Formats: sequence, C-alpha cells, structure tokens
Amino acid sequence: MTAIEIRKLSYKYGIGTPFEISAVDDVNLTVQKGEFIGIIGHTGSGKSTLIQHLNGLLKPTEGEVIINEKNIWSKDVNIREIRFEVGLVFQYSEHQLFEETVHKDIAFGPKNIGLSDEEVDTRVRRAAEAMGVHESWLERSPFDLSGGQKRRVALAGVIAMQPQILVLDEPAAGLDPYGRDKVLSKIKEYHENSGITILLVSHSMEDIVKYADKVIVMNKGGVFLYEETDKVFSHAAGITQIGLDVPQITRMAALLKQKGIDIGEDIYTIERAKERILELIKRGESE
Amino acid sequence: MEIIRTENLHFDYEIYDDKGAVVDKSSALCGVNLTVQKGEFLAILGHNGSGKSTLAKHFNGILTPTNGKVFVNGIDVSDDKNIYEIRQMVGMVFQNPDNQIVAAIVEEDVAFALENLGVPPLEIRERIDEAMKSVDIYKYRKHAPHRLSGGQKQRVAIAGVIAMRPQCIVLDEPTAMLDPKGRKEVMKTIKFLVEKGITIVLITHYMEEAAQAKRVVVMHNGEIIMDGAPKQIFTQVDKLKSVGLDVPQVTELAHELRKNGLNFPANVLNENEFVEELIKLL
Repeated sequence: MTAIEIRKLSYKYGIGTPFEISAVDDVNLTVQKGEFIGIIGHTGSGKSTLIQHLNGLLKPTEGEVIINEKNIWSKDVNIREIRFEVGLVFQYSEHQLFEETVHKDIAFGPKNIGLSDEEVDTRVRRAAEAMGVHESWLERSPFDLSGGQKRRVALAGVIAMQPQILVLDEPAAGLDPYGRDKVLSKIKEYHENSGITILLVSHSMEDIVKYADKVIVMNKGGVFLYEETDKVFSHAAGITQIGLDVPQITRMAALLKQKGIDIGEDIYTIERAKERILELIKRGESE
Repeated sequence: MEIIRTENLHFDYEIYDDKGAVVDKSSALCGVNLTVQKGEFLAILGHNGSGKSTLAKHFNGILTPTNGKVFVNGIDVSDDKNIYEIRQMVGMVFQNPDNQIVAAIVEEDVAFALENLGVPPLEIRERIDEAMKSVDIYKYRKHAPHRLSGGQKQRVAIAGVIAMRPQCIVLDEPTAMLDPKGRKEVMKTIKFLVEKGITIVLITHYMEEAAQAKRVVVMHNGEIIMDGAPKQIFTQVDKLKSVGLDVPQVTELAHELRKNGLNFPANVLNENEFVEELIKLL
C-alpha cells in the first residue's frame, strides 16, 4: 500500500517578485506504508519545503501530493483531515510547549478534536509512555524538564493525535549524544510497535543510516538519490561531492578499498565494520 | 603562561518561588580547578547539565563564583571593577547565531562593540575589515545578516569578537545549530584563530571537533573527571560512554576489535590512523 505519492512536485517562493526562487523542482517519489525513510540534504536543498507539502502546509506550484491514495488538493478532500493523518514535528519542537503541565500539553491536540476526557487521558498516557516521558513528570511544568525531555514531550503531543504518517524535522538537533540516542531510539521503537510510516529529516548521516530503511538525499531542490540504506554508500563519492558527510566509518572503508582491501560498500555501523574486519583477519590467518 | 585559572570554583543556581524568595539551590559546579595556558586550544566535553556552560560563563564574568576564585591574567573576575577589562580579554560566542546579531548590516554588527568602546572611526574601519576578512565574510559586509546561512551568521558573531582583539575566545557549542557545511566553516575559522595564537576554549558535543583540540577536559556532575590530550581521553571508551558521551567511530571500532582479542592500538582517532594500523595487522 502506498502512503505517500508525490508527482512532479514543484514549489516556488516569492512568485512574481524579484526574489522568486524555485525550492523544489519536479520531484517524484513514493513511500510505502510502514516504511522508515530518512531525508538528508544540506541547508537550502529543499527538504523542509518538501515535507511541508505532506500535510498541506504548502500548496504545490505544480504537481500533486497524494496521501493514503487521496489527492490532498482535490475539491472533495478536506485538508484538515489530512493534517490528522500526517503529523508534522518541526525543528526545536520544544519551543511549541506552552501548557502548565506536561499532561495538559500532550492533551491539547486530542482535546481539541472533541475526544472524551477518558479517551484523552488514555491517549496522553500511551503517547507519554511511547516517548519515554515518565509518569511522574505528567503533573510537572514542561519548562522544568531538560532539553531532551522537553523534546520528547512535544513529540508525545503529536503522537497522541495518532497520525498514520509521522514527519520529523531534525528531532535530535542540538541535543547531546545521550539525548539524541534516547529521542531517536524511542522514535524507532514507536515505529516498530505502531507500524506507522515515518519520515525523518536529519543533517546527520550517521543518525539517518542507523535508523532508516531507505534514504532520500536531496540536492538543489531535487531528489539526488533514493535508495535502500545498505546501498546508499555505493554512491559515496557523489554524496561527498554535493557537500554531505558520510560517516567516519564509511570513509575508513573507502580508504581501505583504495589500499586494495575491500570490506564492502555497505559499511556504516561499527557493528558491521567489526564483523567484516574480524572475517578479514580470520581469512588472512587460514590462508 | 596561564591566561585563565579557576581555584576550587563552586557555583549554585538559586531556585525562586513566585514571590522571588530563594526556595532551593542546585549546584552546577562543585570545586573546579582548571588552568588554561596562553595560546592553548582546549575542548570541554560533557553531557547536558554537566556544568560545562556554567564553567565557561565564569571565564569572562557573566557568572561569578558562589565559592572559590576565577582569575583571568591574574585579575579576579569577582570584582565588578575589573569586569570591562576582563571582557576585552576574553570574548564569548554562543550557540544560537540569531541571538547574537544586533544590527541590520553585517559590518555594523561587527562594529557594534567597538563603537560602544569609543574606538575612533578610522580604527574601527581597519579593525572590522581585518576581522571580517579573517573569517571570510568580507564579501557579505553590506548584506543583511538574516539572509546569511547559519555558518555565515556564526562567523559574523566570531568577527564581532575578533574585532575586540581578545586574547582568548570561548565558544559555547558554536556549531550545535549548524549543518555539516556550516560546522566545517566554523571549525576552519577556529583553527585559523589558534594558528594566530589566540587561546580557544571550545565547548562541543561533537567528538570529531574535540579530537582536533590540543587538550580535552571532560565534565560530569559539575566536576572535571578527565583532562588530557585527545588521544589519552578518547581511548577510554567505556568511561566516556558511562557519562553519556561518544567517541569517534573508528576509536570505538578499535576498542571493539581489542575486546575481540585483536592486538589493535587504542589510540586511533581518525580514519587514516585506523587504516594504517589495520594494514599492519593483515
């Protein structure tokens, strides 16, 4: 089943002004239900513009956005309903916290769609648990929490709306390594338990390849690469050329290959590099 | 020659109730003794809440110690009458470039502090041109800062500090909000400043950045728990992980290979070193 289909999407900012600029240009892509997709690209590559089309925050200059088999800008589709199906979490989502308590903040969305108090409470607790928001925090002010904790409260607020597609714009930006791993692993866990479709935007190639099944690399408003994670770094040279980083461990494998030792182009985790190197050494010993 | 020295530095944040009375306090620094030498490139690592930013804010008197002492070039920062002198010696750059920019044109922003100091206009011109050139933003000098990229804005902030001609620059996670390209630009600028002999204190979450420093200090719960050259620090993989920090990927890989019985040296920090060592084993 297709969750997202984008056909010939183009978007221009400032049409008719001297500042007219094409941010997304003729993008085509399809995402299947339940996939975990990573999106990477440097600033200005069009990734934020692209994701704002997924729940209709931006209306395409040209082309179509089809969510759950509905063309979201056709007359018989209510765009408000699309926004319930697609949850969009912005960068520094903790800036959106505003309520007196964590519970009230997470409850804000569900309450506004007219759910009963009981249903709201169930949803809040379920979302809080999914994001590792401790029960004892629920009655505290969200502003007393650490940066990483606040971030997870904001995410819980979106999850409480039970979207079928979750789009996250740099959920780990600015966090320390512990906070980053905690947020991302909770998102991954939620993906596995709920089976929803997730799109994760990040500047960190290391994070993207650690969590996503497939990777979209954006460049100059277009899709530069859309590939399964294992195959991404067979394009390492091209990725470096457009100014993106590849993980240090991948650079190490490439360097090794230059010296005539091939441990594969799918090296991006320490675990896999370790296995391949141990194999290599074993083979060397048995020869 | 030392430039910054802290002696048994303690700092408590006070927690207030609605009426402004102190109800509680939390200790952010618990007896920090640190000496920074002139011309040194020092990186401070630590997870959120470890006290590293609080420590940095003592280096130019934004905060003053609850207990203990901080000296900059031998001058006590706790004494209010020294504060202007100290802030000209030690400049600060913060995480969010947008919070540091005050003017509508790049060169006016860079000149802001000098105008406030009453530097003669001709000298201001000379100093800001030099500062903007040294961080490679001279070509944007007539631009509006908000139209620049994050890395460019952060370099504008750095230029504003350089124009003050400080002996030491403290950067508190200057790359945390930047993309990889912006991060590289800022790191290149920092290395340029080190070469010019300016003392650099860099607070960062990025291990690959810290690995480029001459000395690394690790903070945990308001104390310094490790202090040494990057090679001495990053080889202690388990200890760093236990305080919520990472090590460069190849360093961790070397550590894993050692655990699997391989005789792999622990002190590799970059891919070149790793490959060199691996080839020796094959």
